[in-house]
Amino acid sequence: MTQPRSYVHVRNLDKVYRSKQADIEALKSIHLDIQEHEFISVLGPSGCGKSTLLKCLAGLEPITSGEVILNGAPVKSPPDNMGIVFQRDILLDWRNILNNVLFITEIRGAKRTDYEDKARTLLKRFGLEGFEHKHPWELSGGMRQRVSICRALLDNPELLLLDEPFGALDAMTRDDLNLELARLWQETKKTVLFITHSIAEAVFLSTKVVVMSSNPGKIDEILDIELPHPRALNVRETPEFGEYVQHLRGHFTTLGVLQEG
Amino acid sequence: MGWLEKNNRLLSSMIVLIVCVILWEIACHILQVRPFILPAPSAILIEMIEDPNYFIKHAGYTLMTTLAGFALAVVLGVLMAVGIVHSVFLDRTLYTLLVALNSVPKVALAPLFVIWMGTGSEPKIAIALMIAIFSIVIDTVLGLRSVDKDMIDMARSARATTMQVLFKIRFPCALASMFAGMKVGISFALIGAIVGEFVAGETGLGHVILLSQGMFDTARAFVAIVILGIMGTILFYTVEAVERILLPWHTSQRVNTQ
Repeated sequence: MTQPRSYVHVRNLDKVYRSKQADIEALKSIHLDIQEHEFISVLGPSGCGKSTLLKCLAGLEPITSGEVILNGAPVKSPPDNMGIVFQRDILLDWRNILNNVLFITEIRGAKRTDYEDKARTLLKRFGLEGFEHKHPWELSGGMRQRVSICRALLDNPELLLLDEPFGALDAMTRDDLNLELARLWQETKKTVLFITHSIAEAVFLSTKVVVMSSNPGKIDEILDIELPHPRALNVRETPEFGEYVQHLRGHFTTLGVLQEG
Repeated sequence: MGWLEKNNRLLSSMIVLIVCVILWEIACHILQVRPFILPAPSAILIEMIEDPNYFIKHAGYTLMTTLAGFALAVVLGVLMAVGIVHSVFLDRTLYTLLVALNSVPKVALAPLFVIWMGTGSEPKIAIALMIAIFSIVIDTVLGLRSVDKDMIDMARSARATTMQVLFKIRFPCALASMFAGMKVGISFALIGAIVGEFVAGETGLGHVILLSQGMFDTARAFVAIVILGIMGTILFYTVEAVERILLPWHTSQRVNTQ
């Protein structure tokens, strides 16, 4: 095998969940390369193993076979230069917003004073100034997910993993956060892996869309999205955008995941 | 009575209680119930006022025994629960054993403690501890286990140690469940203390009840029972008040989330 040059390098990744009844092949022969500063979306139906793929990259799930290499080193435990945003915000109710944002650095043993100003700046950037001392239950769903994005970003990770972060939000909040995320990527050029089941969201945000199908979870297609950056929401009304969406939807229709009429 | 339900739980229950006591008083006089069968509330009150120091001394002893047993049950119970949650071996042995032991009527074991520990405070504290500990262990284990998996993954993504996960995630998550166990536990500790005093010793409200029985001094027994009732209620609400202070996120505010 040649020396990997990409930032994230996945070869022949298999993930099998063993149970007494049956072995479940969650991921089968996954090959994936992510270059630095790319925004990759992983698109697929529920149960196709896209979240499992993210957890394998994050070092949260052991892999069954194959290799996952991040920045030249095999991933065995969660790496330091990574931030994760989960499907639900999973904020800690007993901490105020500021202390929630500081949670990851606190676990990593960093001094609070080194990050407190940064946490405040991040919260401000995400429109949460003045909420530092509120508690999670006092915030709306969209605000809570923003806080969890701040928490993931605080230690300035090179790699940002997002596991269907906007799935539970209403359409307007979702658009809003998509724009926010696009802007963030534009400014910081972090390497992003974004899991979603929304075709439009994937096309809007990504430089590349990875299409997965289930049983066993595998990659069917990797599609480059060659729309210019930065993208405004109305890019969704252009014919090029429509073509990408149509292409991807066609893919899922053939798979039988989407049924017309 | 609608305004009462809305207004004040304490006030409405006090009114019901007072009405019952008045009915009791009237019934005793009309039906000419003999005092050693059922003394009138007024007789009980007189009994209490005549020698308050006597009751204060014995109630204080019972209270101390209860609190000591309860405190030990909390410390040991939580330690055991942590062990059970983190060790498959302890889960299979200790936890299974505890659940099995819990089905033994623990009151039946009380005389053994007197044989082992004598007639001082020790056996009473031990019995209070033994009766109170089960609900604390079982509810704490439940609480520590029912932590959101994503929450643990979030902590693990920063390579949190087992101790960090325990103190920063599991314990705060488990607090509500732990308090449920402690609220049951505090009442059980009081039962344990009384059982201990029944079995041996010369102090405590349990001893007062036993002594009054021997002398057919029913009024005195009732005073002890009334004090026990008040003590149990205050202990329970004290635990609940501590819960409210420690878990502001879990009580009233929590209603309208998600």
